[in-house]
Amino acid sequence: MIRVDVTRKSFGTTEVLHGVRFDIQRGETLALLGPSGIGKSTLLRLVAGISKDFEGHIECPDKLAIVFQEPTLLDWRSTLDNILLVHPGLSRDAALAILDKVGLADKTDMYPRQLSLGQQRRLSLARAFAGQPDALIMDEPFVSLDAEMADDMLTLTERLIEETRPATLFVTHSRAEANRLAGRVLTLGGKPATVIADEPAGT
Amino acid sequence: MNVRILSLLGLLALWIVAAWMSGDPQVLPMPHSLLRPLWVETSSGELPYHLLRTLIRVLWAFVLAMTLGLALGLVMGLSDRVNDWLDPWLVVFLNLPALVLIVLCYLWIGLNETAAIAAVTLNKIPNVTTIIREGARALNPDLKAMAQVYRMRWPAYLRHVVFPQLAPFIAGAARSGIAVIWKIVLVVEFLGRSNGVGFQIHLYFQLFDVVHVLIYALSFIAVMLAVEWILLQPAERRVRRWRDA
Repeated sequence: MIRVDVTRKSFGTTEVLHGVRFDIQRGETLALLGPSGIGKSTLLRLVAGISKDFEGHIECPDKLAIVFQEPTLLDWRSTLDNILLVHPGLSRDAALAILDKVGLADKTDMYPRQLSLGQQRRLSLARAFAGQPDALIMDEPFVSLDAEMADDMLTLTERLIEETRPATLFVTHSRAEANRLAGRVLTLGGKPATVIADEPAGT
Repeated sequence: MNVRILSLLGLLALWIVAAWMSGDPQVLPMPHSLLRPLWVETSSGELPYHLLRTLIRVLWAFVLAMTLGLALGLVMGLSDRVNDWLDPWLVVFLNLPALVLIVLCYLWIGLNETAAIAAVTLNKIPNVTTIIREGARALNPDLKAMAQVYRMRWPAYLRHVVFPQLAPFIAGAARSGIAVIWKIVLVVEFLGRSNGVGFQIHLYFQLFDVVHVLIYALSFIAVMLAVEWILLQPAERRVRRWRDA
């Protein structure tokens, strides 16, 4: 499970997060909502362990996966290598299986730049789920996709989460996406930001 | 016809015109008058021997300067603290004339091969470091975060994430490196070695023999062009393959 207790997070003298506390159980998906610039991505980076400069305590499993807003791929390595190099313990067959699952079975030798944006996002998802993560963090992974493609991606993500059942923290500014993917929605607000609502999805 | 060949032919034409205008083969001989002495130097084994001596020095200095410059540039680009400490040194070495370093190396280490290669390497390290430092500063922070979250091991991170991003900077440093290094090697040989192209140029300079000075200089340019076309350019094309895919 993911356990977050951020007492304070500041940039210089500006406090951006204050008293942010929540838990996410294994198999649970929590959506984090809030206006742009509120500190959602900052919180996400703390949870992922990318930044450690804060007051408080965060517990997160070692087997963690992340999906960024941008696909963040190794453009100079093939689609298959983008999975295998990040998960060196994974067999080639397992990597091919996950690529098949996201619909990239016939693109294994292509470079990411030869893929469409939607396909790059799928590769980023495949990379996240290839390691069978205990925890998953997603930072607006469906932003800048058209409605149909975003819907396809949401369906795929739902299926992969259902199969792997990680503790998922999902940042979005779309209430619809939050309701569809998450069981619980946490809203950040105020200055410095804190949790102003913690409610079941769909309410 | 290839533009490059046309351009080189243009340079040759310019040489012929200049030689014709000077009218003194001792100052600037016609290109064709170099052919016979070139054959004599080559068949006697003199030219290949001195070319090889210079080439070995160039390779040593190149490998050392690239390796040390790469390591220093990477560390300085990634750590502001290290950069704060080492940047003043870098500025000093960047502005230290090549000649001063060469003379000091010969004085401190002696008139030997170690001093010669050390002098060339020390001259080139600051340039490589500066270029690689810029590359390290331009590394994509999101890819670093990705590698961190997925707990990529350091060797894999360096090989598959860092070096491919640095490749254009490494290629740039190598390209400018090889060009500068061989020129400094010639000065080093001119001042303190008893073989190599620089030594031969020194010898023929004292004899005021322009023909042989040109033969040695042009032969080594030809060798370096071959290195560029046979080694550097294909290597660069290989690392750029994914961009053109």
